[in-house]
Amino acid sequence: MLELAKYDSLGAALRDALVQWPDEVCLIEADREREKSRLTYRQFGEAAEPVAAALEESGFATEDRAAIIMTNQPKWLISAYAVFFAGGVLVPLDYKLSAAEHLHLLAHSQAQVLFVEYPLWRLITQTPAFREHKLRKVLVTEAPPNAELAGAQRWEEFHGTRAPEFRPRALMDTACIVYSSGTGGHPRGCVLTHENYLEQCAAVSPIFPFWPGARYLSIIPTNHAIDFMGGFVMPFTGGGTVVHLRTLRPEFIREAFTKYKITYMAVVPLILKNLQRGLREKFAALPAAKRKMLDALIGINRALTRSKPRPGLSRMLLKDIHAAFGGGLQALLVGGAFTEPATIEFFHDIGIPIYNGYGCTEACTAISLNDLRPFRPDTVGKPVPGMEIRIVEPDADGIGEVSVRSKTVMSGYLDDPEMTAETLVNGWLMTGDLGRVDASGHLQLFGRKKNMIVTAEGKNIYPEDIENNFEGIAVKEFCVYAANYIWPRHAMTGEQLVLVLHLEPGHTVDDAFVRELNRHNGQLLNYKRVSGYIVWEHDFPRNAAMKIRRVVLAGLIGKQLERSAVVSL
Amino acid sequence: MKTIEQTTDEILTLAATHFKVSRAELQPGDDFYKKLGIDSLQALDLLTRLENHFNVELPDYEVQGVSDFHTLATRIQARL
Repeated sequence: MLELAKYDSLGAALRDALVQWPDEVCLIEADREREKSRLTYRQFGEAAEPVAAALEESGFATEDRAAIIMTNQPKWLISAYAVFFAGGVLVPLDYKLSAAEHLHLLAHSQAQVLFVEYPLWRLITQTPAFREHKLRKVLVTEAPPNAELAGAQRWEEFHGTRAPEFRPRALMDTACIVYSSGTGGHPRGCVLTHENYLEQCAAVSPIFPFWPGARYLSIIPTNHAIDFMGGFVMPFTGGGTVVHLRTLRPEFIREAFTKYKITYMAVVPLILKNLQRGLREKFAALPAAKRKMLDALIGINRALTRSKPRPGLSRMLLKDIHAAFGGGLQALLVGGAFTEPATIEFFHDIGIPIYNGYGCTEACTAISLNDLRPFRPDTVGKPVPGMEIRIVEPDADGIGEVSVRSKTVMSGYLDDPEMTAETLVNGWLMTGDLGRVDASGHLQLFGRKKNMIVTAEGKNIYPEDIENNFEGIAVKEFCVYAANYIWPRHAMTGEQLVLVLHLEPGHTVDDAFVRELNRHNGQLLNYKRVSGYIVWEHDFPRNAAMKIRRVVLAGLIGKQLERSAVVSL
Repeated sequence: MKTIEQTTDEILTLAATHFKVSRAELQPGDDFYKKLGIDSLQALDLLTRLENHFNVELPDYEVQGVSDFHTLATRIQARL
């Protein structure tokens, strides 16, 4: 692996990686049954440098911002490399957002350049706000021959004429602006420096080392901190291979394990549960005698792997199961949201080591990681090297808000000093999560202090951000809360959003009104929907600027109404 | 060539059979996540079955953000 301490920027480290392992395979791109392309590190450089040259020739200056909206594929990484090479700041956006949300974040980030896949670009150009965009240059990948490009240029033809000039950056310069959530009124653009990334990579690489031949299956969107680190920075600085699948259909993911002998894969809890369900169904379908044998082997494996994972031994004991995972799997990393201990335990018992962790974009991915020595599924592991954890105002049980300090913590939220001041206090990042550090140094989580939820797919949702979707409903006033914020409970899963309605005098909730609520709710992506409503019979407390005093209102509701008052939608 | 109504009807029948709900309960405008009680990965599974049934290939991005049977039917119809 590269010696990261000697680099001042991600761009410089990545450039050296191409020199270090010229003939190793860097990227494999596969779509369903067929492999589409395979690039060595040298070929990666040959593809990326003309893009960097074209950027520079088009007037792209140091610190200019370039956004990417693409599914996981080689052109994502090639474009990102070119941006760093040219001294730019990368703005990776979630391709799953709506076109209106994309335009909103493009405007907020002040990106001048956009790299985008054609189907996503087509949706963006059909959105009303498209007319106001301020992008100077748009590069569209994979556009059909006669496609209308609406002012964009084909990525495949975007080549400079000269060799590009490498523009060095300093450790404290901004590398990326990453939106952790907040696509409604309040975008949260985390400003992450080159130091943040290099430190994070150096801290996590010893736990998940890459080497030429180690393969990472990339399925979490690359804009997400986890995949950006695990599916780009870490494999590149270790000479490994990233495998991109152009489909997320479960059967093709399963095939990829065996076809490409995957070493690591990062997943969100939802995918892990899905894998668990599939395996459970297979186990249940076994004849009774075989089932008994399997249970016995699982029991033996469990007993032998309590203190540390032994992949070789587990592979021998539970050969068939491991063959289905390709036979070379070292670890499944799960993150992005809280994973239930029972799920982690299931995989541990069959000898597939699951490394769960805890982190957030604001801390450049991982805060803590379970090293499985010993196996502690009730915790999210120990702090990663260089990470200090402090529990603020702990209660009698030692539970308080988790705050962290490290060289990986962001410098702030883009153009939002107020939110930055609330989140970064005297150099400590306030996570808004409630936790406790036990005697062995493992972090345990117990719920949230802030008004937000995280879905099993790893999406952070701030209730305020979906309120505008309910504008126009026939009530005096309304707002949205995370149910656990009103009625605190020690839980990190199954979180829900609740719509609080203050009706006009004399109004009641009738069928037509419920249909109206469902209509508004149905316009939201499924993971953003509210799960029910409550009726509140008093005026909302408001400050001088007429903004709802959310903390006060949550306290009042929590005192006067039970959680059971929520009516499902 | 199938009409959009036929395509929609076949989708509803297939979804009802696979996820074990009554065909009579499903309407074209229904949100399939809610009505079938499925998550995004199960939705991809449904899609794979539909592809095999209609003998078309729908890239994942074509169905990003689609959550009702009718829109799904129009996307499939466009490729028949």
